[in-house]
Amino acid sequence: MNIEIRNGRVIDPKNGVDRDMSLFIGEGRVTGLGQAPASFAAERTIDASGCIVCPGLIDLSARLNSIEAELAAAVAGGVTSVVVPPDATPPLDEPELADRLIHRGKEIGMARVLPLGALTVGLRGEHLSELAGLKKAGCVAFSQAQVPLVDTEALLRALEYATTFGFAVWLQAQDYWLSRNGIAHEGEVASRLGLAGIPVAAETIAIATILQLVRDTGCRIHLTRLSSASGVALVSAARDEGLPITCDVGVHHLLLTEDDIGFFDPHARFSPPLRAQSDCQALSRAAASGLAAICSDHTPLGADDKLLPFGEASPGATGLEVLLPLTLKWAAVAGVDLPAALARITSAPADVLGLASGQLSLGSVADICIFDPGATWQLTPELLKSRGKNSPWTGCIMTGRVMVTLVDGRVVYEG
Amino acid sequence: MPPLPNPLPDAETQCRQLADLIRPHLHRRPALIGIFSGGAWIAERLKELLGLPEDIGLIDVSFYRDDFSEKGLRPQVKPTLIPFDVEGRHLILVDDVLYTGRTTRAALNELFDYGRPASVTLAVLADRGGRELPIGAAYCIWEVPLSDGETLELCKLDDGRLSWGLENA
Amino acid sequence: MHSPQLNRNGELIHLLSIEGLPPHVIAQILDTAESFMEVSARDVKKVPVLRGKSVFNLFFENSTRTRTTFEIAAKRLSADVINLDINRSSTAKGETLLDTIDNLCAMHADLFVVRHASSGAPYLIAEHLQRIGRDDVHVINAGDGRHAHPTQGLLDMYTIRHYKKDFTQLRVAVVGDILHSRVARSDIQALTTLGVPEVRAIGPETLLPKHLDKLGVQVFHDMNEGLKDCDVIIMLRLQNERMTGALLPSAGEYFRHYGLTPQKLALAKPDAIVMHPGPMNRGVEIHSEVADGPQAVILPQVTFGIAVRMAVMSIVAGN
Repeated sequence: MNIEIRNGRVIDPKNGVDRDMSLFIGEGRVTGLGQAPASFAAERTIDASGCIVCPGLIDLSARLNSIEAELAAAVAGGVTSVVVPPDATPPLDEPELADRLIHRGKEIGMARVLPLGALTVGLRGEHLSELAGLKKAGCVAFSQAQVPLVDTEALLRALEYATTFGFAVWLQAQDYWLSRNGIAHEGEVASRLGLAGIPVAAETIAIATILQLVRDTGCRIHLTRLSSASGVALVSAARDEGLPITCDVGVHHLLLTEDDIGFFDPHARFSPPLRAQSDCQALSRAAASGLAAICSDHTPLGADDKLLPFGEASPGATGLEVLLPLTLKWAAVAGVDLPAALARITSAPADVLGLASGQLSLGSVADICIFDPGATWQLTPELLKSRGKNSPWTGCIMTGRVMVTLVDGRVVYEG
Repeated sequence: MPPLPNPLPDAETQCRQLADLIRPHLHRRPALIGIFSGGAWIAERLKELLGLPEDIGLIDVSFYRDDFSEKGLRPQVKPTLIPFDVEGRHLILVDDVLYTGRTTRAALNELFDYGRPASVTLAVLADRGGRELPIGAAYCIWEVPLSDGETLELCKLDDGRLSWGLENA
Repeated sequence: MHSPQLNRNGELIHLLSIEGLPPHVIAQILDTAESFMEVSARDVKKVPVLRGKSVFNLFFENSTRTRTTFEIAAKRLSADVINLDINRSSTAKGETLLDTIDNLCAMHADLFVVRHASSGAPYLIAEHLQRIGRDDVHVINAGDGRHAHPTQGLLDMYTIRHYKKDFTQLRVAVVGDILHSRVARSDIQALTTLGVPEVRAIGPETLLPKHLDKLGVQVFHDMNEGLKDCDVIIMLRLQNERMTGALLPSAGEYFRHYGLTPQKLALAKPDAIVMHPGPMNRGVEIHSEVADGPQAVILPQVTFGIAVRMAVMSIVAGN
């Protein structure tokens, strides 16, 4: 379908575009910027007055427990591609499972599904999965999700094998021994509230181990969900050293700290944990400088898993529908301008994935998000399309609302 | 309602009058028990005026009140202190103002948890009417009907003298 | 942040933690406890304050001692007491904590006394009750994980007030496994709230939480230094599980450095009192001679504990 999006402010961070102009779409791609292509006849016109027109958001981590609801939630949040961790049940360690997931996503026809394959069979950290087979079936990279790979020899072999094929491995830097009994950041709040702590050393020791293995193997590594200032410092030094490392930060960790645990609010339980104010500030600087991409780490949970004493509650929050407003909120607090902020959730994730998407140049696939940056709405369970209503922001006012989302040049969401 | 005397009667004088009423009955060796806090002050006066050798009892009825569900526990609870054996004694319960009768009922319940007295009589300085229970004072000096919005309270001045205070809601 | 244990008028409706209790509320509890001490000295040890009310003891962690003192306290207030041993009942079948609460509320519970292994569990219950509009049901925390044991903290303060009168002149030492101790956290909160000028924590690095100084506590690893001129010594129980977690080498080494012996006690003031929440491990944290000696007030603590729990139940149930 030929679509004209007019009167909007087009922001394409990858190509440095920030201009009020029209956007033209045909056969699922961007066919005109500012000027209609020859003999263009719009079958639909979208009025984007007062709105931003940007690439569809790319979320580097979203769990799709009930896939239809979550993919609908994604496009309601302006997210057109979701990277899915391999820790569903069963873990995604066989090519057939990747096939099925991608196929189901296409059937539903909303956000694109980009699965991560399990690095080891069953995520058990012993035997390698069929990485090449999984890649062929559509996995974009390989990961252990939140399951630590304790055996350093096994980790070394896995990275060596991945390097053989030029595959990227995504790892959560969390030392098993130092984190297995902890439920909160080992800091003032945990001391006062009597919560078992996870020290920063759990992250830095794991990062140091991974960096050394990268030096020895040359494997491309993406570190997921950094949580500490010391962790950021190690990654920054590694980049300066020229190591093939990228990283991301969960959007909640840019805005919340250990203080938000308050009176044991289970909605403030995350993995990795929310840490101190100084850690939050370092993560913010890492995102602002472009060191880290931002993701939602969408983890939809039922009340049974969340309305429990803090230490028993499953960690994580719903994220797909708040990724945009929370990123805008962070940008306002951190003094980051709109194009740079949008880059963190569009072009930067695309770079991590090595994809051509996340941009609006001529010929690009028309995955587009149109949002009103000033519109406010209140976060309530009824409003969320996701089955996961678990959020530390319930009842809060969000600023930034998605009006229209397009995938492959088709309108898949209208607010 | 008849107008109140202005100024209010002197409480110290009334204590002397109350002692005069009780004096003819001292052969029964009564023990005095004052209800905090107005009744406790009056009981102290009575002990001196009547020349009684025994220490007076002091009773806090907070744990026996019937309005716990509405009002909760009062902030200033004091320990009840009964320094003699209640069993078989003639007791004189002393309070400043008799109103609904509920405080007296609570005090009776509490006293009976200590033992079985031979008798209990009630001595008050003022009876303001408004009884909600079948309770009566054997010894009373001042009958003063009041409306619901008025509060009559005994207080202790800086120099230690007892004095009446009247407040409108 | 508004503490869920106080209502809008600043009155106590639940007892969840010492943290957030204004000093006048603590004073009210201690004063009321004094009256209940008198009740416990009578022949008829009962007052009708909670007559007709149902007190449910919800113990997700076994503790016969604490449960018994709460039961005695509730019965002396004329309440009906129901004991629920949750280990063996519905939660084993998968019923959530809040479902259990809903069921018990439907059985007209008035007061829950809750002991749970997870820090924060009583808060979850209190918030749930508020959400479902049951402001007639009250929660008392009998110990949640490592976080708090507020009635123990209050009875410890009652004990100190009884023997020492003025908090603002005292030096108090808390000795032992503070990292894992909810009693220690409650004691420290209470001592600092009541204006104790010097609160000391004594123990090995592995048993002390980081950031104790932020709670207003001076840290000592040398017990001889830490006990100097103390007026009150609170000894904590050392749990055997700690020995296996690479936290301590042996009970013997612990006793040599952190056990309270008559020699170490002599470093404190001559009239210092020795407290212990019980049960004691003789020869591990405390020498028998000290435990049975004239400065130990461990048995009076138990008596005070019943009066303090009666005071807490009466106060919250009436608000």
